[in-house]
Amino acid sequence: MTEKTNSTLTASAETTRNRLRAGFISRDLYGVAAIVIVAAAGYVLFPDNLALLTRIIAIALLVLSLDLVTGYCGVATLGQAALFGSGAYAAGILSAHYGINDPLLMTLGGIIAGAVAGLVCGIVMLRAHGLPQLVLSIALVYLFHEFANKASSWTGGSDGLSGIVLDPLFGLYEFDLFGHTAYFFGVILLLIVFALLRIVVRSPFGMLCRGIKEDPVRIRAIGASPHKALIKMYIISGAVAGTGGALSAISTQVVALDALSFTQSAEALVMLVLGGTGSLFGALVGTLVFMLFEDFVSAANPFHWLTMVGALLIVVVLFAPKGIFGTVQDLLSARRNRTGETRP
Amino acid sequence: MSAVFEVINLKKAFGGLVVTNDVSLSMMAGDRVALIGPNGAGKTTFVNLVTGALKPSSGEVRLRNEPVTRIGPTGRVQRGLVRSFQVTRLFQCMTPAEHLGLAVLQRTGKSAQLHGNFLTRPAVMEEVDDLLERLGLYALAHRKVREIAYGQQRLLELAIALALKPSVLLLDEPAAGVPQSDTGRIEDALANLPADLAVLMIEHDMDLVFRFAKRVIVLATGTIIFDGLPADVTKDARVREAYLGSYANAGLNA
Ligand SMILES: Nc1ncnc2c1ncn2[C@@H]1O[C@H](COP(=O)(O)OP(=O)(O)O)[C@@H](O)[C@H]1O
Ligand SMILES: [Mg+2]
Repeated sequence: MTEKTNSTLTASAETTRNRLRAGFISRDLYGVAAIVIVAAAGYVLFPDNLALLTRIIAIALLVLSLDLVTGYCGVATLGQAALFGSGAYAAGILSAHYGINDPLLMTLGGIIAGAVAGLVCGIVMLRAHGLPQLVLSIALVYLFHEFANKASSWTGGSDGLSGIVLDPLFGLYEFDLFGHTAYFFGVILLLIVFALLRIVVRSPFGMLCRGIKEDPVRIRAIGASPHKALIKMYIISGAVAGTGGALSAISTQVVALDALSFTQSAEALVMLVLGGTGSLFGALVGTLVFMLFEDFVSAANPFHWLTMVGALLIVVVLFAPKGIFGTVQDLLSARRNRTGETRP
Repeated sequence: MSAVFEVINLKKAFGGLVVTNDVSLSMMAGDRVALIGPNGAGKTTFVNLVTGALKPSSGEVRLRNEPVTRIGPTGRVQRGLVRSFQVTRLFQCMTPAEHLGLAVLQRTGKSAQLHGNFLTRPAVMEEVDDLLERLGLYALAHRKVREIAYGQQRLLELAIALALKPSVLLLDEPAAGVPQSDTGRIEDALANLPADLAVLMIEHDMDLVFRFAKRVIVLATGTIIFDGLPADVTKDARVREAYLGSYANAGLNA
């Protein structure tokens, strides 16, 4: 009798386990497919607006990077654009001052600069917790901004960094006036980053970070250092944000001070909350919805678009606190459970 | 044989309140010690001090003769000093399998790896399954912790400590909050602990203490007032006095 119950339980745990393993792969594939389909749809539906779509991808990388530290690790920050801007300036300066015009090398420069900025911001921010930490993040993004403003011989200061020239991508594809190449380049970058981050968030390290978010004391009690892990996540986050910054510099061929502004940081946080924190899909959905909404509403009603963005946010925060993606996911799984329970 | 765990003249005061008053004790491999004392005696504080969660006012902690007083909590865990919590500290959004997977990965130095998933690692899963089985949690392996009963969460708390393969294990009231029906499992798990592991258990249930401990230490208002055989503890005049009028008097008389 007991034996039988046990073996049934064992069997069901085994099934769960197999389903979990299979679930990773299928969700990865869905994710990649969703990005490809949305990217293709964007290309077909808005062929004249590829610049906007490429900008959405660059900002999506910023929001993904924010999700890594805020959504996965619980570090609240209003200074994430410091990492994004560092990547943008690094990529831009490589071309404008050093004549390194290869888009891949410029991207690599952006990744490295973003990672270094991530390390610096991480070291400073992780000295504090809660509200002081948030204040530190704001102080950091202002410092980065002011530094870029003062170092105008390198960055162009408030005029922005211009003089970025691009070699053809892989030596084959010219960056055209319509932004086709930049868009494809952006989509490919996003796919690569998304795939790598999917691996990272379910790795042992990803699991450790989720633990840190919930209870750092418990993490210390199993012998792991939350501080070390968070610094590492900050470096990864910086690399992702730097990729976005580099893409933005490459696609627009200018870098403005806005790239490392407080406003950009705050907007990224808004997009993340809108889509749903702690999920890569949430970050992507939030960016897409926010930026399309912003573009659409600001064109339709230039006087009241901010009001409408504000109203949308309030609705989401009050009625769907897990964000758009989190709420849809909950609804779907509730439905699955209901249909599952009707089986004997 | 030398001590695996030694505490020398440990002191701690919160403001004017002395919570740990010149506490010294040592444990050998394989020791089974129960630390008892009225509520507020300073038992949990003692665990917090020796694990590095709190800084002592003075005194020293040694692990296998190495002073660890200046080493942080994680360094002490890595040296084999592991604790459980009186009030369960678990990750509500994670499953028991994930908790144990994380503990095993951390112990084997793999918790910082950026790729792969523990569910697909036979070496990790074998250990995880074994622990789940031993504490009767196998069927709940993939439920979120917030969906499982508190008694089972207590069992998981113990399983995590075991997953770290400690050499000194400090258990802070492992049976607190566990329904009667499940205390058997806790006791079984305690009885099957590795023979060379030194265990210090804080516990109020005197039956459990007498079955488990070969040695009892009594703490009252931060001071050790008894350190000896279980058979002698109930006869000790100071112990009776410390417990007098308190709930445990009945238990000690039994
Ligand atoms: N962080 C703290 N600050 C001030 N007093 C504390 C703190 N932690 C514990 N205490 C006090 O120290 C005493 C011992 O507490 P504790 O170690 O939890 O006792 P026990 O575990 O034996 O019941 C209690 O009087 C408690 O109020
Ligand atoms: Mg206590």
